[in-house]
Formats: sequence, structure tokens, C-alpha cells
Amino acid sequence: MLRYANPARFMTLSGTLVPWLGGFALVALAAGVYLGFAAPPDYQQGDTVRVMFIHVPAAWTAMMAYGLMALASLIGLVQRHPLADVAAKSAAPLGALFTALGLITGSLWGRPMWGTWWVWDGRLTSFLLLLFLYLGYIALWNAIEDETRAARAAAILALVGAVNLPIIEFSVDWWTTLHQGESILRKGGPLIAAVYLWPLGLMALGYSLLFFTLWLLRIRTEIMTRRARSLMLAGEA
Amino acid sequence: MSGFWAMGDYGAYVWPAYGISAAGLLVAAVLVLHAHARAKAALARLGAKP
Repeated sequence: MLRYANPARFMTLSGTLVPWLGGFALVALAAGVYLGFAAPPDYQQGDTVRVMFIHVPAAWTAMMAYGLMALASLIGLVQRHPLADVAAKSAAPLGALFTALGLITGSLWGRPMWGTWWVWDGRLTSFLLLLFLYLGYIALWNAIEDETRAARAAAILALVGAVNLPIIEFSVDWWTTLHQGESILRKGGPLIAAVYLWPLGLMALGYSLLFFTLWLLRIRTEIMTRRARSLMLAGEA
Repeated sequence: MSGFWAMGDYGAYVWPAYGISAAGLLVAAVLVLHAHARAKAALARLGAKP
């Protein structure tokens, strides 16, 4: 893995991967949306079940993005590899976007189903905290001018914040909540019907592939920007 | 067709959820692609390959 942590190798590999990932993301999202609207209304939730096809993938992608950001931060701290810092930094705004989408779509699903836009329960509050962690991480990067120091400080915040991931995951088991319990990734198999699992799976794949496409593009942008800055400084010297 | 848009009287929740998600992802994709193209152009102006 670290073999590809060379910026030149990364640029070559990512340049090949990005169009494929982006293309597959669009195909998966188009198929997911089609199947999502072709599925019958749920016997309990009616047509609001269609919000699940965008809410759950957004929430999963937000958590996956944080996990990857924390992993890259750990590698950056231990290996002192600048590409790991760039990878962590590049994931944060995308993770914040998916978290915000998870919160907004969750609220739009919760209002007709629970009768409220928001409750301060374990799942919703810990997921809101995820958004604040992303925003704090981004703010920390922007607040410290020296990139090496900013990367270290932000990496520590990312690692400390990673404690929130299992809290989000198990909050529905630990505390009383309006949020439904784990119904998809659980022992004994999913509790929802196949007619809903297919669009959900395709949308989750589409969201993940879209995240990876945009993440690679952001890493490439950061590498090119740093290189351009170095060349300009070398030219001025 | 009007039944499809009504979404069983839940259209006021379903469509905004899809609209906000689509807009958010689209804006993010455009911003990321624009920044990528700008960085590539900046490198090209300096005579370096991406």
C-alpha cells in the first residue's frame, strides 16, 4: 500500500482510476434511484421509505470517510508521510458534506415517521457530533499556518474523534431512541425485504464510489497545488 | 402521474430529501472538478506536468 504513497505513482494510478470510479458511481446511482422509485411503498412507512435509499448511504459514507481520515491521520503521525496528511485533509470536507446530507435527510424522514424533526437522543446527537468533528478538523487545518504543525494537530483531533464512530454505531443498542435499531448489517441477516435491499445496496455503492472519486481528485488537486507553490518559490529564489 | 409526485402525501418530505442530496453532491462534484482543473492549469503555466 505504502508503495503507492509516492506522489508521482499516486498521480499515475489515480489518473487511471478516477474516470472508472466516477463512471461506475454514476451507473450505480442511476440504477439505485430507478429501483428506489420502482419499489412499492412500505406497508408501515409508505413512500417515505424512499428517503432511506439516500439517508442510509449518506450516513454510512460519512462514517467511512471519518474512518479513512482517522486511518490516514494515524499513518501521517506514525510514518510522517506527507501524502497521508494530504489524504486526511482531503477527506474532511467530503465527509462533512455526507454527514450534513445524512442529518438533513434523516430529519426529513423523521418528521413524518416520528412526528418531530429532531430529538436529542444518542444516535442523532453522536451523528451531529460527527459533523462538528469534521468542521473542527477543517478549522484546525485553516487556523495553523505551518502545514506540518497543522497536520499533527488535526491528526490528533481526528484520532480522538474516532471514538465517536462506535458510539454512533452502537448508540441504538445502548440507549433508548426513536431511531430504528440495526436492520441491515446485523447478525442473522438484514430485516428489510430484498425489494428495498437492492436499491439501498446500489445507492450505498454509488455514494461510496462517488466519495472515492472526489477524494482522489481532491488529493490530486492538493498535490498539484503544493507542487506549483514549490516551483513558484524555487523560481523566486 | 400526479400520484407519483404526491408520494402518498409524503411528497413534501421525499422530494426535498432527494433535491437537497442531488444538489449537494452536484455542487461538491463541480467544485472539486473546478479546483482540479485550476491546479492542473497552474502547473501547466509553470511548465510542469501534473
